[in-house]
Amino acid sequence: MTEYIIFTFLVFMILAAVAALESKDLLSSIISIGAVGFMLSVVFLYLKAPDIAIVQVVVEILTLIILIRVTISRDIRTIEDTRNFMPFAKNVILLFVLAVLAARAIGLLPEVGVNLSKVAQYYLLRGFEETGAANIVSAVILDYRAYDTLGEATILFTAILGAVVILRRKAKE
Amino acid sequence: MKREEKNRAPTTELNGMSEIVKTVCNWIAGFIFLFGCYITAYGHLTPGGGFAGGVILAASFILIVLSFGKDKISPLLPRKRAEMIEAAGGLIFIFTVWTAIYAGASFCGNFIFKKWSCANFKLLSAGFIPLLNIAIALKVMAGLFLVFFVLSITRVILEGEKLKMVKEE
Repeated sequence: MTEYIIFTFLVFMILAAVAALESKDLLSSIISIGAVGFMLSVVFLYLKAPDIAIVQVVVEILTLIILIRVTISRDIRTIEDTRNFMPFAKNVILLFVLAVLAARAIGLLPEVGVNLSKVAQYYLLRGFEETGAANIVSAVILDYRAYDTLGEATILFTAILGAVVILRRKAKE
Repeated sequence: MKREEKNRAPTTELNGMSEIVKTVCNWIAGFIFLFGCYITAYGHLTPGGGFAGGVILAASFILIVLSFGKDKISPLLPRKRAEMIEAAGGLIFIFTVWTAIYAGASFCGNFIFKKWSCANFKLLSAGFIPLLNIAIALKVMAGLFLVFFVLSITRVILEGEKLKMVKEE
């Protein structure tokens, strides 16, 4: 049952993505992308990943705000893009070839939630008593893999440092 | 050039939006801030955590900038303070994981939980995980706010053939 709900959402997501590509107005295009993001977060909820769902909604909202703010203040209201037939046909052929090649691998995928890896089983069994955190995702990213999280924080720090330095107040002409 | 001026949307300048938007944002911004604090503080018990909470906190400040304009945010979270908060978040994280070495655990080891384990399912449980959540939330909040701020006060205009970056002061 869950899989059919997820498939329905995926179909709607593809439709919204096509609408975002085809619409001329920038604002309606951004709204369509927002619909894709929200449906993706519902899919995450059905896959029993509430942490990812929250991050998806929140980052979607923030990036869309930034997108709208930045693009509209740049006086760009419409997208003018010419589409010809050949790239579309090429994409369809490539998609078909990829589906044929991946059919066997997709058929061998395990069911959702079974056949866990050994590390995941260890985390689920011993994570709570070793860290005391009820949210197992927090226990993994901030206790078992805290060093990795430190690296990610460093990456974010460096990226923001670059943006702030380039767009600093006393900019050279 | 004439077409550019005609298409410019006056409501999205950094001078604030209409009165209705201001009133609604005045009510809502505090609740969004509180929700971000909740997501951060309970990150080790319920879904959420430092990153999601930090993005929600940044969103509350960005809402204030968008609705009220740049003047309202300057006494609340000026740029210097945001930079300091971001650095402070990173330093809290690094000092916490360093302290673990001197406390007898390995690097990034959860020394607080191993020394003083307290009641489960409480706000102050799980050792240093809430502390690291708060550090990450501060970092993400200040960082995303800074990115939005420096992007929104900079405008790229076409001057002759060259693109030029100007500041909206």
